[in-house]
Amino acid sequence: MTGPLIPMELIPEAWNNVIALLLGMGFGFALEASGFSSSRKIMGTFFGYDFVVLRVFFTAAITAMSGIIYFDFMGWMDASMLYINPYYVTSAIVGGVIMGFGFALGGFCPGTSFCGVAIGKIDAMFFSAGLFLGIMLFSEMYPLFSTLYNSENLGGIKIYEMLGMKRNLFAFLLIVAAVGMFYGAAFVEKKVTKVEY
Amino acid sequence: MEQKKRDGSFYINPYLGGVLLGLVLFATYYVTGRGLGASGAVKSTVVTTVHAVAPEHAHKSGYYSQFLSDDISPMSNWLVFEVLGVLAGAFLSGTLYGRLKFKTEHSPKITSRRRLIFAVAGGMLFGVGSQFARGCTSGAALSGMAVLSASGIITMMAIFGSAYLFAWIFKKLWI
Repeated sequence: MTGPLIPMELIPEAWNNVIALLLGMGFGFALEASGFSSSRKIMGTFFGYDFVVLRVFFTAAITAMSGIIYFDFMGWMDASMLYINPYYVTSAIVGGVIMGFGFALGGFCPGTSFCGVAIGKIDAMFFSAGLFLGIMLFSEMYPLFSTLYNSENLGGIKIYEMLGMKRNLFAFLLIVAAVGMFYGAAFVEKKVTKVEY
Repeated sequence: MEQKKRDGSFYINPYLGGVLLGLVLFATYYVTGRGLGASGAVKSTVVTTVHAVAPEHAHKSGYYSQFLSDDISPMSNWLVFEVLGVLAGAFLSGTLYGRLKFKTEHSPKITSRRRLIFAVAGGMLFGVGSQFARGCTSGAALSGMAVLSASGIITMMAIFGSAYLFAWIFKKLWI
């Protein structure tokens, strides 16, 4: 069947929530089993004592990307139907920097904090409560942010279009860069003093 | 070996974990045409809560009102079910590897209380940032990378770049 299945109306809408639950389970299992329910393991990437985040994140990204390119090439999926987040230049960067700050203080991101909550991490529960408060804060202060939030919309632009490159060349270079980082990470891990957690 | 696997210290190989996660993400795109997410489910919860407590306020607000419609409750959002799945999947993995335990994890150099205060602060910042970026590490960065979206890759670099900087400034919280 040619994907994406739901936008192509090959799966009835009623299955939507069941599918969401099942895919979410796979997502949660993969994160927890890799160690993302522990903030100190996650933070290892930033101090060089455990690069699990870098390894899992980039392996996942290039796996999914390769799958999509392959299925698109074979005609099993129409990649042009996939949703692309619109790029609001400044808002995306400001948001990313604020999230990075939150990452350094909280030790989780939203998805990993839910994994922590599921296995009983109290710090993850506090982080999740903080998420709720933060989103509410943003919403209440929205009039203040709305100009920045809505400005410079480049639409669902792809990174290779922005750089004027061919998709497959960019994808190939991304894979090479990821493998390079994996080697670099192993090298740094050997040099850095182990941290017990 | 079996004993060792169940004492909470066993994690799967990170590359295997990455391939698993990548296949789940790929399957999500193949089936739904969209990626995975996390912060969006919290947003739906916030919108539903505010709408239940103060419906007029929610409809008047420039932000909440974007996610309210008359016939469909924001809680019936796809991402809410997905995150319920995340909780179940992580619980399953935690059970399998013996990690279920109520615990505040923190560096020996700081108290639990300090850890929890910073956890709330970090969560709040992540909450605010994920609205600006229209997604978090899952919905914007990871899912965005899979489809090579400019927004996703730029957001990913901003998150990790700033996290590196701030992690070193707040090093004492961790090591």
